[in-house]
Amino acid sequence: MENYIALAIFIPLLGFVISGLLGRFMSKNITGIISSLSVLVSFVCSVILFNHLSNGGESVKLDMYNWIAAGNISIDFSFLADRLSVWMMLIVTGVGFLIHIYSIGYMQHDEGFYKFFAYLNLFIFSMLSLVLGANYVIMFFGWEGVGMCSYLLIGFWYANKEYGYAARKAFIMNRIGDLGLLIGIFVLFNTFGTTDYQTVFSGAASANKGTIELICILLFVGAIGKSAQIPLFTWLPDAMAGPTPVSALIHAATMVTAGIYLVARSSVFFVSSELASIIVLVVGLVTAIVAATIAIKQNDIKKVLAYSTVSQLGYMFVALGVGAYSTALFHVTTHAFFKALLFLGSGSVIHAMSGEQDIRFMGGLSKKLKITHITFLLGTLAIAGVPPLAGFFSKDEILAKAYYGNGIVVFVLLALTSIVTAIYMARLYFLTFHGEFRGTEEQKHHLHESPVTMTIPLILLAILSCVGGFLGLSSLFYHHHFVDEFLSKVLINAHIPHPSELFEIIVLVVSVIILVIIIFATRRYYVSNKNIPVAIEEETGVEKILSHKYYFDEIYNKLILKPIEWLSSFAHDFMDRRFIDGIVNFSGKGVTVCGKYLRLVQSGNVEYYLLAMVVGVITFLVIYQLV
Amino acid sequence: MVLIIIPFIAALLALVFKDKLAKIIALTASVAQLIVNFVLLSGFDVKNKAIQYASSYEWFSALGLNYSTGIDGIAMVMLLLTNIACVLIILSAWDNNYSGMTKFLSLVLIMQGALNGVFLSTNGLMFYIFWELALIPIYFIVGIWGGENRIKITFKFFIYTFLGSLLMLLALIFVYLHTPGNHSFEWSEMLKAEMNGWESTLVLWAFFIAFAIKMPVFPFHTWQADTYSVAPAQGTMLLSGIMLKMGIFGMIRWMWPMAKNACGCNYNIFIILAVIGIIYAAIIAIRQNDIKRVIAWSSVSHVGLIAAGIMTWNKEGLQGGILQSFNHGINVIGLFFVAEIIERRLKTRDLTKMGGLAKYGRGFAFLFMMIMLGSVAVPFTNGFTGEFLLLNATFNYQIILGIVSGLTIIFCAVYMLRVYQLAMYGPEKDNGGRIGKLSWSEYLTLGIIVILVITIGVFPNLILNISDTSVNDLISLMKGGATL
Repeated sequence: MENYIALAIFIPLLGFVISGLLGRFMSKNITGIISSLSVLVSFVCSVILFNHLSNGGESVKLDMYNWIAAGNISIDFSFLADRLSVWMMLIVTGVGFLIHIYSIGYMQHDEGFYKFFAYLNLFIFSMLSLVLGANYVIMFFGWEGVGMCSYLLIGFWYANKEYGYAARKAFIMNRIGDLGLLIGIFVLFNTFGTTDYQTVFSGAASANKGTIELICILLFVGAIGKSAQIPLFTWLPDAMAGPTPVSALIHAATMVTAGIYLVARSSVFFVSSELASIIVLVVGLVTAIVAATIAIKQNDIKKVLAYSTVSQLGYMFVALGVGAYSTALFHVTTHAFFKALLFLGSGSVIHAMSGEQDIRFMGGLSKKLKITHITFLLGTLAIAGVPPLAGFFSKDEILAKAYYGNGIVVFVLLALTSIVTAIYMARLYFLTFHGEFRGTEEQKHHLHESPVTMTIPLILLAILSCVGGFLGLSSLFYHHHFVDEFLSKVLINAHIPHPSELFEIIVLVVSVIILVIIIFATRRYYVSNKNIPVAIEEETGVEKILSHKYYFDEIYNKLILKPIEWLSSFAHDFMDRRFIDGIVNFSGKGVTVCGKYLRLVQSGNVEYYLLAMVVGVITFLVIYQLV
Repeated sequence: MVLIIIPFIAALLALVFKDKLAKIIALTASVAQLIVNFVLLSGFDVKNKAIQYASSYEWFSALGLNYSTGIDGIAMVMLLLTNIACVLIILSAWDNNYSGMTKFLSLVLIMQGALNGVFLSTNGLMFYIFWELALIPIYFIVGIWGGENRIKITFKFFIYTFLGSLLMLLALIFVYLHTPGNHSFEWSEMLKAEMNGWESTLVLWAFFIAFAIKMPVFPFHTWQADTYSVAPAQGTMLLSGIMLKMGIFGMIRWMWPMAKNACGCNYNIFIILAVIGIIYAAIIAIRQNDIKRVIAWSSVSHVGLIAAGIMTWNKEGLQGGILQSFNHGINVIGLFFVAEIIERRLKTRDLTKMGGLAKYGRGFAFLFMMIMLGSVAVPFTNGFTGEFLLLNATFNYQIILGIVSGLTIIFCAVYMLRVYQLAMYGPEKDNGGRIGKLSWSEYLTLGIIVILVITIGVFPNLILNISDTSVNDLISLMKGGATL
């Protein structure tokens, strides 16, 4: 079984090497197929491991070698495939494979084709290391690796200056979180002498409670950065500068859920840390609300989806915060399906629109892009929470857990956010696919459905978005909750009472009624009444604040960037040049003897000095060697 | 022994011949050095805590000055760095045609010999002599082949190092006078020097200032950015890649054991200075526009972390410091060479005048990226392990200091990515500068560096194992336990 882990991880690495080194000599399709196949191999391995575990098999561990050994620190390069890892593996490689296939079509005309696939493979390798690492340091290894791939892929079209800035911003904001995670790892070393999961978790019970709280908070700081939560979320919308498959794979389905994985992985710690759990809950809740409200006023198709992702990640953190770890993982899964679908669909739209991303200049695309339209619609319904699509079950479960695990306030806020979610998604859908076409004549002429390599992944993801929810049916419908049963062997869920049937029925009925109202209202507003969003300059009041994304970027700029730049100039121009150097120069003047030596430098007769020096040294050495 | 002789003879030879031949001689000599070094390594027993290949000849016995050399694990890492780095440095000069190339190369070779001497010496006075000997060539290199303002800047550099050397000499003599019986400069004898806490503290400070200037540690760093930016590329590589490791090595081998009776509280001050330096230099690096200056300041920042880590004097910190000294040497040489390659083609180092270089220089873009990632300490590059161990040591020493020095992982990403982005990404600038094809020597130099970056990133134990036993022994020695 260990070999399957090795294969799953290292075949994509091999794919990276092949497409990176030989890609420029191979045809585009061959490069694309080799890369995609390497991910398919990983997926098959994941299925085998999954099969092994779900038939009651033991977790599989692969020890490779001792990576770092210094003093009391010893870190093994080893991987552990337990139920949680394998679950993540399936998502990463499954969705990853479909996105690879899609990219063959999407990137067909790009001159950096082979480089793109090399990076994608490298990302899969890193992401698998992240979820399969058997200790926190290997997890961190993958964590940094995916951050680096994300940087490379956001800045993929490097000739564009703005994209470069977006890439840098993503990397740096992630690094801020990483510092917290790194310190958390140091505390783990300090407390347990190792970061190996098995040892650490079994020692958790006997450890100091305050230390555990501290570890949890530090780990969560890492999660905030990677999963784009407040206050470190502004990089994710900017990360949409990358090619759309990247947004789907890295910035929706997989990498950004690494923070969820990290917290779930450490559920042993979090479940006993009240303070940390409350922090997780509050951060998730606030992020969910803030991001959803921003999404309503965005006009870039990918930015709407990006803020939506941030908001959905907030939902998952709320689930983690109340201790419903399997529920969070359930939403990770369904979200991976429908958000990847929506991003790929938006990519298909952008492809058809010759690069246009602004929904104000779209409209009426449903006639020309039939498959994209239907699949996008399914994705929209799934995320909005229309039963029986995937999003309904997972989101409904989060709401129920929040209600029974925390209380009515969190429940109401989340429910309201769900309404906002439905509104911005309906707005996006209607503005893009219905009404009249608002682009240029040339674009209109050029409109076309995407090639089959792009539509097949769309169809498959659409199917998954429809049926994915059946993995975790609520007790109202079926007595087996598959996700929970599979994962609760490794995740230590808090004890939250099962929702009553009455509660479930009320939520179901009310949400259906509200969704129907929203859909018709938005259709009326945007399609029948033709209210097309205006430019950002013309906004006023609350709308203006939303359009400016609550001014987060501006505030960070004023409060953090500017002071650091000022400090930099101050340190260099004043502290260094005037103050420290002033003291040095002052003392320097006293040392007149130096003048003598300086003349030697200026005399120019270097050969003489050189010769004298060399001869002198050699003579000394030789003489005393002989004596 | 051979390690010191070869470069001097080669230096003499190189001086006799013309440019092209001199290059070949210099390169051959440095490769020969490296081979000798590997032979020594293959015969080196990493489990043996004694100083190996020890040899000693009387010189001025009246002064206790013996020509004593020997290698322990710590010195072995430094020697490896020196001899690998010198091959890279000489290779990197292949395309340069300075006037008086032969002189230039022989100076580099002399430096190599002297540097090896510094790391080999087990006699205090020998150590001092080689230390001084290593300084002379670099004065010439900067003073003759440097850029604008070289005389003034060399002068400043000279004053600094002169002051440092003076303090070091005084400290060595002071310890010497306190050795029992017939005074001796032998390292093992100097360890036995009987000094009270007050005297030890004096010695500690003298050593600290001497080494801190060399590294440099805040606030003794103001010579550095100017000197680095004005020196010719190879001079900068020598200074940053190898010479500053003399300071780190000096701290581990000489300062700490000699001043063992000094109050540990002094180290609090030193570590605080080092940590201030990490952040101070990193913040300055963010706004610099000259590539060489960014790298120079990043070097102050990185070395600050090494200094802080080793001065915690625990095993993880020392091991991390030694490993990171090696890595920093390799990476910084790579970065300065990248700057040199850009300057060769664009005739400028000003980042605001660059852009889009990745488009016509993909191989270069890849190699530069790898070296940059090593510097940013991404896992599986060499920088990661060193930084991980150092930060861990600093964090365990004092939480706040650990967190503050941890900020380096953020700042380093800020300034390094900025350099890469401004130079390589974005639209091309219309001044027409392009990277184009690299020459074979450029490819080879950067290629070797990238291979080292990855190999040591994947197998850091290759280096850690070499110094492991010696570091253990040094620590137990300082705890008053077992000895040589």
